Amino acid sequence: MLNARALAAAAFLPLAANAQNQVNMSTGVSEAGAVITELGVEIYDLHMLIFWICVVIGIGVFGVMLYSIYAHRKSRGVEPAQFHEHTGVEIAWTVVPFLILIGMAVPATSTLLEVYDNDDAEMSILVTGYQWKWKYEYLDADGENVAFFSNLATSQEQIYNTDAKGENYLLEVDEPLVIPVDTKVRFLITANDVIHSWWVPELAVKRDAIPGFINEAWTRVLTEGVYRGQCTELCGSYHGFMPVVVHAVSPSEFDDWIAAKQGSAAADAALAAQELSVDDLMARGEDVYNSSCLACHGANGEGGLGNAIAGSAIAMGGLDSHLNVIVNGVAGSAMQAFGAQLSDVDVAAVTTYQRNAFGNNTGDVVQASDVVSYKEG
Amino acid sequence: MGDHHHGPAKGLSRWLYTTNHKDIGTMYLWFSFAMFLLGGAFAMIIRAELFQPGMQLVEPAFFNQMTTLHGLIMVFGAIMPSFVGLANWLIPMMIGAPDMALPRMNNWSFWILPPAFLMLASTLLMEGGAPAFGWTFYAPLSTTYAPPSVTFFIFAIHILGVSSIMGSINIIATVMNMRAPGMSYMKMPLFVWTWLITAFLLVAVMPVLAGAVTMMLMDIHFGTSFFSAAGGGDPVLFQHIFWFFGHPEVYIIILPAFGVISQIIPAFSRKPLFGYASMVYATAAIAFLSFIVWAHHMYTVGMPVAGELFFMYATMLIAVPTGVKVFNWVTTMWRGAMTFETPMLFSIGFLVLFTIGGFTGLMLSIAPADFQYHDTYFVVAHFHYVMVAGAVFSMTAAIYFWLPKWTGRMYNETMGKVHFWVSFIGFNITFFPQHFVGLAGMPRRIPDYALQFADFNMMSSIGAFIYGASQLLFLYNVIAAIVSGERVSDEKVWDGAEGLEWTLPSPPPYHTFETPPKIEEQPAH
Repeated sequence: MLNARALAAAAFLPLAANAQNQVNMSTGVSEAGAVITELGVEIYDLHMLIFWICVVIGIGVFGVMLYSIYAHRKSRGVEPAQFHEHTGVEIAWTVVPFLILIGMAVPATSTLLEVYDNDDAEMSILVTGYQWKWKYEYLDADGENVAFFSNLATSQEQIYNTDAKGENYLLEVDEPLVIPVDTKVRFLITANDVIHSWWVPELAVKRDAIPGFINEAWTRVLTEGVYRGQCTELCGSYHGFMPVVVHAVSPSEFDDWIAAKQGSAAADAALAAQELSVDDLMARGEDVYNSSCLACHGANGEGGLGNAIAGSAIAMGGLDSHLNVIVNGVAGSAMQAFGAQLSDVDVAAVTTYQRNAFGNNTGDVVQASDVVSYKEG
Repeated sequence: MGDHHHGPAKGLSRWLYTTNHKDIGTMYLWFSFAMFLLGGAFAMIIRAELFQPGMQLVEPAFFNQMTTLHGLIMVFGAIMPSFVGLANWLIPMMIGAPDMALPRMNNWSFWILPPAFLMLASTLLMEGGAPAFGWTFYAPLSTTYAPPSVTFFIFAIHILGVSSIMGSINIIATVMNMRAPGMSYMKMPLFVWTWLITAFLLVAVMPVLAGAVTMMLMDIHFGTSFFSAAGGGDPVLFQHIFWFFGHPEVYIIILPAFGVISQIIPAFSRKPLFGYASMVYATAAIAFLSFIVWAHHMYTVGMPVAGELFFMYATMLIAVPTGVKVFNWVTTMWRGAMTFETPMLFSIGFLVLFTIGGFTGLMLSIAPADFQYHDTYFVVAHFHYVMVAGAVFSMTAAIYFWLPKWTGRMYNETMGKVHFWVSFIGFNITFFPQHFVGLAGMPRRIPDYALQFADFNMMSSIGAFIYGASQLLFLYNVIAAIVSGERVSDEKVWDGAEGLEWTLPSPPPYHTFETPPKIEEQPAH
């Protein structure tokens, strides 16, 4: 099908003058010419096959129509024919399309069966959609599981046009999913709240993330690189702001990365046992706020989709009620239970931050131990 | 009979109390055009926000309200009622009946619509905003996570479902019982046939939609868990129910459009419709298939592979009867003696663009490829090619075609042609680039997008403003024709037009065919 791909490129050439304006589906092949995933190439070829069949039929139908519009017009003085049926022709144009469809169904079926072949995966990653971020959990990594959230990294200033937009505007995250190449990775996809859909066009993987159900998908990436995608099922206000970024790295790099991840999880646990300084808590809290709270509560705590935090009775009132909102969420609203999403240190840091930033200035310092004792009641 | 002809009542009561199919048809048409402009205004807001990357005009939450209301109002407020209006005007005149079979119900099925849409539009002013979960309102975004206004949305859907069901029963009763003597089923104009089949589809699936929104209502207010996994329910169940309604719904929209095109192309080709019988069978085949393909909207929900294969094969089959229709229309044009007045231009525009929409539909039916297309702008482009260039273009063609008959006055032909060309070009500038951004990876229903989609989105927005503005020209042309158009002296208006409605004076008297006409032995099509 390489030929078809070259033809497709030629057909779209005038429109593709600006290299930024991609006009066709991801070919499954990197710019350097390396196959990213075999399934992606196969799906692209299938797509182009159907496309070219449609083009040929279209040329036939529109050709006849245009000729007729040219030749059979009253202004040329033609007399209209009066024929109005022809059994042979009518049977032919019922049967022939049917045969063409069978020709399409055969490759489509075999590709679909491959899409569904989730067996023999070498590793499994649980992907959970949240409003509006993804959580990745490596299920069978050695030792303890590694889990983290992947948030949009594009700043509000870029989105609201006060800063220049970066190259990967809206397609960048704070922590990407990292997977090894040449490894069959199985994704178990679910959601925590509403339905999301996890999509990386270049890997040709898209599957809905449905609360209460677990879907399966898989990929085997052959070429190292960064592959970007987005949530593709409307999931509320910030549906357009939950990208997917996948780093495909060599297996040895992956091993190093996962070991480092496990190490930092251990470090976090150690941190939870310590007393942190106000400055450390505030610095960490600001990071947590920006990735987890800002979308709804505003860059300056002024509120938006969520309530204002600046001057709020909760953020400036009793610590327990403040922690209750952060840890347990607010039922029936978009405020999630962050106790299950953030580490105790992060909850402590963001609580400290909220109680002292935006002019709240309560002077309260919340340590991880406070969060632990709150959770234990 | 002949000596107590009476005209309409005077003033507002004429419209409130009328049981006359022509008056009710007129009200449906004006109402649907008003909704078309409202839904179009929402589309302009959407395209203005998408003109450039970054958030400029509206907030993401409001953007979602706009996409939701745009879809709901265009489908339920503009396209569906416009074809009901057309049916009201034309079916009695086409089959030689004095009026619809159930005229009082006819009045009621129209008059419950404006309050329903007033209620739906009023949700914009409510706390928490209007519904923002897309016109497909997937649970649990539309239940557990919905704004409080969702209850008003549910009530509005119920009312317009009732309206559609009553309208359909009326059409079925009229076609089955009130045909003039000699007007056998296989002599009915194709527009009547397509509406008869559409009416059966409506009666079959509107109750399913009512069931879906009622289950939502129970989940939201009465503690059930139909669509919540936490309570033992299933969010995917919602999608199955919705699309069991939703897929026949798209044929409900397009079948009457097929009917219109099947009336207009023969008229301006001065040649009978090719393959009348196969057109009827193809319409029935499409209607049947529409019930067994719903899950092709759900290829990515994680169905078992056997289910995916079934729905893929069944969906691909739709290409066969649809192809038959396109081939029949082209063959009708073949060796005719064509002229290209505005209705014919819109019909040819329909034929070209609907066929492109059909091709992308065939591509979308291929399940493994659909994993890449699903919920992207490729889908948006596809369904606007069949909804706008399909349903709206054919509706526009119908207005230009029958307006001189209804009003006895001619529209401005030059302005009509300008309207066509501006619409056709504007439409393609809007929606053709959306194929590209969709394939390149732009999801639908996002208020902001990555930089590589910027150029095509700007193009799309410019096209949308052109297409939108051209509809004002249409409005002006229609009003100018009604007020001061040149009078039509001929009953036939168009020299190739065939059918009973063209045997009536232009405009037709308030009551027509009080004595059934005689049907000549030649086929009425």
